[in-house]
Amino acid sequence: MAAPPLLARPVDHRRRRIDRVAEIAIAASALLTVTGIVLIFVFVFREAMPVLFDRDTRLEANLAKFFSPGGWQPVSDHPKYSFIPLLVGSLKATLVAVVTAVPIAVLAALYTAEFAPRAIRELLKPVVELLAGIPSVVLGFFALIVLASVLQAITGSPSRLNAFNAGLALGFSIIPVVYSVSEDALRAVPASYREASLALGASAWQTAFRVTLPAAWAGIFAAVMLGLGRAVGETMIVLMASGNAAITSWSAFDSIRTMSATIAAELAEVVVGSPHYSTLFFIGSLLFAITFVLNVAAGLMVERMRRRLAGA
Amino acid sequence: MSVLPQVAPGPSVRELANPSRRAAQAGWNVLWTGVTGLATLWIVLIVGVILGTIVIGGWRTVTPTFLLGNPENGMTEGGIFPAIFGTVLLVVLMILAVLPVGVLAAVYLHEYARATSPITKAVRFAVNNLAGVPSIVFGLFGLGFFIQFVGRGIDGALGQGVLFGQPAIVWAALTLALLNLPVVIVSTEEALRAVPRSSREGALALGATRWQTVWHVVLPQALPGVLTGAILSVSRGAGEVAPILFTGAAYYLPYLPSALTDQFMELGYHIYVLATQSPNVEQTLPLLYGTVLVLLVLTFALNFTAIVLRARLRRRMGLRD
Repeated sequence: MAAPPLLARPVDHRRRRIDRVAEIAIAASALLTVTGIVLIFVFVFREAMPVLFDRDTRLEANLAKFFSPGGWQPVSDHPKYSFIPLLVGSLKATLVAVVTAVPIAVLAALYTAEFAPRAIRELLKPVVELLAGIPSVVLGFFALIVLASVLQAITGSPSRLNAFNAGLALGFSIIPVVYSVSEDALRAVPASYREASLALGASAWQTAFRVTLPAAWAGIFAAVMLGLGRAVGETMIVLMASGNAAITSWSAFDSIRTMSATIAAELAEVVVGSPHYSTLFFIGSLLFAITFVLNVAAGLMVERMRRRLAGA
Repeated sequence: MSVLPQVAPGPSVRELANPSRRAAQAGWNVLWTGVTGLATLWIVLIVGVILGTIVIGGWRTVTPTFLLGNPENGMTEGGIFPAIFGTVLLVVLMILAVLPVGVLAAVYLHEYARATSPITKAVRFAVNNLAGVPSIVFGLFGLGFFIQFVGRGIDGALGQGVLFGQPAIVWAALTLALLNLPVVIVSTEEALRAVPRSSREGALALGATRWQTVWHVVLPQALPGVLTGAILSVSRGAGEVAPILFTGAAYYLPYLPSALTDQFMELGYHIYVLATQSPNVEQTLPLLYGTVLVLLVLTFALNFTAIVLRARLRRRMGLRD
């Protein structure tokens, strides 16, 4: 009795067809990711376009008004649309966050990668993941209810909710990303670098600060940029803890209103298609552009470091 | 138990020649270990204080009546059941949308595409940058795309008034799904990497097609990683407020959402409302703490499960490689 020919099984056509369909679904899913980011830009910008191209809208809100000094009072008889107070607000909160969080996060990463005993290292990861897992609305709540009172008692600042309070809480939210990206960078430094340094008679701290840290600096710079991007775009914390007053001042203890919080606070109330509506989408486009540039730059830095260390 | 005694590394020749220099180096080592250690301790302290404050402030409030009751008296009394219900429904819808797409995209990246092809690079670039888009921009996108464009488009086609062209749970879930796409893709890919090459070769050698190999051999082995991604995205989805501000979350609703086009109450948004819009902050404070505690326990329980699953996955990977 002859064996049936293997390749002529009747199921084969069906199998191939399923394979073909699956391949299309897989490619489509992958492309959807690319489409997603393009759509985000296109559709946020689409709603913002009237401030650039629509005549009636531009009478009330236009680029010249956005970037000349003045106030932010979009809801009034003579609406004012200056972004300056919002830009200053975002800048102040972000600066406080970066200045308070980056040194802590980088030093802690250095500790984890260079000095910590193994047991402590194993313990730290879950703690940082815990911090990363706290929703930003919860950090906002903490800053609004608890941190603000503590800070006011210490500093005696007249406005309870201010740039410093919001920035500090914002710092809590970026510590995990700065820490873990820095630690990855430090860990990516080949062991041979450390061994060579130690063999030449350098001590542990000399090796950490003069060999490992310089070798990983591109990755740490990337970590800072990623943290910066998070801080600029973060919304709930600043919305709840910054006071939301659009004041142009350089004091860290005045209330601020950031770009992100302005969108969150005002969009629900505006008439769809109004100049105010388009302006808020324009602010969103700006946020998208700023964070996009920071992220792309951070990605390039990491890539560069990886290639250099691999080639070494 | 080690039989050999532990031998500390000896001093370098230079140190032997100069004992004071050796002492100075030891001092610097202690100093920098201390400084970096303190920075680390500070982070632990921040986490401890935040969690401690919330647990102490909230545990008394969280009772069965709080969990299962409705908000009452202008949200100054009562429970948070509608917010819990809305949150669960939201993340279930979100996961239904994001899981298939995210897993298939990861399969594309790891199983189907060549690593150097321009499409693969474009997808990777998109995944990396999607993760960095601010959540409020996702909210704007949800409003501009899903509600104004897709929703209005459907309404126009149906011609029966506004049904889809307004904030709704389906649009909020889809917005969150896009936000979480990178989370699912990254953890699925990590899991796929842990599946040994020999499994695929075995399947293909037995005559399985590419898809049969993926579906019957590779994906089952990658399941813990896929679940990790799913759980992490649920945890993140449950806590994000900015993307749902304009796409479907409601301040207060007297009924539970029952259709895709309904609005919904949500825990994170409820916290924001209680904390900032309450007429009497002192009186709502216990409710506020209780709601925060519930949200935290929910997200941490999910995160913890994900971490355990991932640890197991990594251990398996370590054994094989």
